Amino acid sequence: MAQEKIGVYVCHCGTNIAGKVDVEEVTRWAAEQPNVAVARNYKYMCSDPGQDLIKQDIKEHGITRAVVAACSPTMHEPTFRKAAADGGLNPYLLQMANIREHCSWVTVDGEAATAKAKRILGAQIHRLPLNEPLDPIEVPVNPNVMVVGGGIAGIEAALKLAQAGKKVYLVERDPSIGGHMAMFDKTFPTLDCAACILTPKMSAAGKEPHIEMLAYSEVTEVEGYVGNFKVKVRKKARYVDIDTCTGCGLCTEACVVRKVPNEFDRGLSKRAAAYIPFPQAVPLRATIDPTRCLTLTGKKCKQPCLTACGPGAIDFDQKDEEIEVEVGAIIVATGFELWDPTPEKRYSYGKLDNVLSSLEFERISNASGPTGGHILCKNGEPPKAVAILHCVGSRDENYQEFCSRVCCMYSLKFAHLIKEHLPECEVYECYIDMRTYGKGYEEFYKRLMNEDVHFIRGRAAEVTDVGLSPTEEGRLVVKVEDTLLGITRRLPVDMVILSSGLAPRSDAKETAQTFGFGCSANGFYLERHPKLEPVSTVTDGIFIAGCCQYPKDIPDTVAQAGAAAAGALALVDNPTVNVEPTISYIDPEKCSGCHICVGLCPHAAIQYNEEKGVAEVITAACKGCGVCVAACASGVPQQRGYLDEQIFAEIEGALAV
Amino acid sequence: MSDQFEPRLIGFLCRWCSYNGADLAGTSRMKYPPNLVPIKTNCSGRVDPTHIFKAFAEGADGVLIAGCHPGDCHYINGNYRTAGRFPLMKKMLEQLGLEPGRIRLEWVSAAEGDKFARVVTEFTEEVRALGPLGWNTRTPEEQADAGQASSDRVEEAVPA
Ligand code: FES
Repeated sequence: MAQEKIGVYVCHCGTNIAGKVDVEEVTRWAAEQPNVAVARNYKYMCSDPGQDLIKQDIKEHGITRAVVAACSPTMHEPTFRKAAADGGLNPYLLQMANIREHCSWVTVDGEAATAKAKRILGAQIHRLPLNEPLDPIEVPVNPNVMVVGGGIAGIEAALKLAQAGKKVYLVERDPSIGGHMAMFDKTFPTLDCAACILTPKMSAAGKEPHIEMLAYSEVTEVEGYVGNFKVKVRKKARYVDIDTCTGCGLCTEACVVRKVPNEFDRGLSKRAAAYIPFPQAVPLRATIDPTRCLTLTGKKCKQPCLTACGPGAIDFDQKDEEIEVEVGAIIVATGFELWDPTPEKRYSYGKLDNVLSSLEFERISNASGPTGGHILCKNGEPPKAVAILHCVGSRDENYQEFCSRVCCMYSLKFAHLIKEHLPECEVYECYIDMRTYGKGYEEFYKRLMNEDVHFIRGRAAEVTDVGLSPTEEGRLVVKVEDTLLGITRRLPVDMVILSSGLAPRSDAKETAQTFGFGCSANGFYLERHPKLEPVSTVTDGIFIAGCCQYPKDIPDTVAQAGAAAAGALALVDNPTVNVEPTISYIDPEKCSGCHICVGLCPHAAIQYNEEKGVAEVITAACKGCGVCVAACASGVPQQRGYLDEQIFAEIEGALAV
Repeated sequence: MSDQFEPRLIGFLCRWCSYNGADLAGTSRMKYPPNLVPIKTNCSGRVDPTHIFKAFAEGADGVLIAGCHPGDCHYINGNYRTAGRFPLMKKMLEQLGLEPGRIRLEWVSAAEGDKFARVVTEFTEEVRALGPLGWNTRTPEEQADAGQASSDRVEEAVPA
């Protein structure tokens, strides 16, 4: 091996590194290490002057390898590899030594941190002479995009991409797109009618020729890699031919099964087994519920729906259908679930009448809801007093520790709607802290203070129907400590609304696994970087948007959907994309043809060549896990960028200090 | 620093989960002992038994392998390979006269900075308690003793 000349660059990162690690000492030490030609330190290596140091040294000192001891490679490896390439060095001849996240930030003692920094850097200095120049692999990009989830986030992302002329597959699990927003009556703080602003987008998505809507469908498998995904989608049988159905609803009227809890009204009303989820549904098509339909559950039925359906769209023999779709990018926007208040026993949800979840109240206050928009108790009477309890299942160590961000505001909205419908009704807001951080939110809160709403600072302790006085008899009583007055109060009311937090979907974990990214500790999808890549995931080409990432309001959701669409567009608008060349190869001279690696490869990227009697790597299919390398008894498969000798050298370097 | 024995640890971290988990420990400014030097691999399934022996031969006192939780591996099932190999590696170490506690396998997700810090803290203390391995500094006599001890163990394990 010819003598290599290594350039070492130690970053201060302001005081992030230099405040703990003695960067001068590390630089001095590095200069003495074998093959090191120059060793420098600089305040911010990622700044332009910092990057220029590397470029200059390539030109003036002829360095042939470089290592930047700075932050995590996840952060700036692309930056420095680009700088190296700009300076004329193959980017894979530059390594990073992570002395910030893995060293200065986690170590108490400065001396110990300096010693550790040397070990981390030493590993890379040792490996560098063994690095080989590599070229990124250029692969074609499929221009189509899949959007998973048809709530406001998915609809917005799909529309944006369609406007850019991209073909979009919009996959929705339910029979109609619309998501949670379709259930709302008004939106805070502007009190826009939710349907008035959402349904035009829904129908635009339905009519848009670039969007292929796959409603009542679920993604079952995702294969491939950036620019080249193969997605299997199961189209669930509707038992209605979607092309023939006109959405007239006559089957719904004819259906004899009438007592199915209506999901769209959160079970507060009933629907038939043949149903259209709501009048503005897109696609406006009927679906027959296979769990309730008499025919489909093997019971006797005269099948009046068949006679009612003019065009003859009903087809009891329909089967689930699996299709495969090829796309270059995927946006996952699968939304949230309302936190189910049942476990919070002291609030008697599900036990006492008129204790409602927030979504139930949304439906009750909605003109198209079960009460036609009249705020009524179960007995049909309007309430004389309503209590709205904040932070149910949120900011609570027993359930979800985080703040769900939208509950304060929707609670204020509820108070306003109640006052608008029933001016005489007393409204109590029992809150811990009022969080009104968005545009126009604080102003809305102020407005509510002037609308005669009672604000009580304190988390409610209990909801009971045990009255202690004539005013409490036959009503609900909320026990709450008013922490501003320092007294415990009993509020006699007729309706209690539980402002539940937003929870990750119960199958979020499985969905994340299907798409190949992770979940945060709170169960929402994990973004690649919370600040700089909030809509990307660890899997290139797969983006996230909306409440599946974290609870957020509609403006933020729409903004994030736009960002995800832009991310996807920036990818699929190119004919090709570069993928990492760190994949495996097999030397046919050394392979004995034992087959061990063939079966172990998770991506079926190794095939056995019968003629030559050796295993071969299919370059396009290999993703570079290195499992074959570790499995081969004779060490024949090797992984570029992670050769055994390179890893050995890192180990030596790390332990040499 | 005090005179107590400071073990030297190598940690193989998969790039997608555990390396990011270690990054998160840093971003969250969690504190843990400085004894472990991380080495990044794409997948925990890339970690070869020879890497472990190399580390011990170069003077490591303990080796950690950390990967994605089962089902979360970026390469579908690479970590199942790791999980399958790990007990064999432990056995092998034992036969070579090494305490099996010198290697540890952990699943650390990208969201588990706290877990990473805890694992490194625990592992440092465990290996500290085991004392130095000193494979690279052992005299031939010490090596022979260790070999004898291990073959005794093997003989005990194999029924006569
Ligand atoms: S990628 Fe983390 S264990 Fe395979």
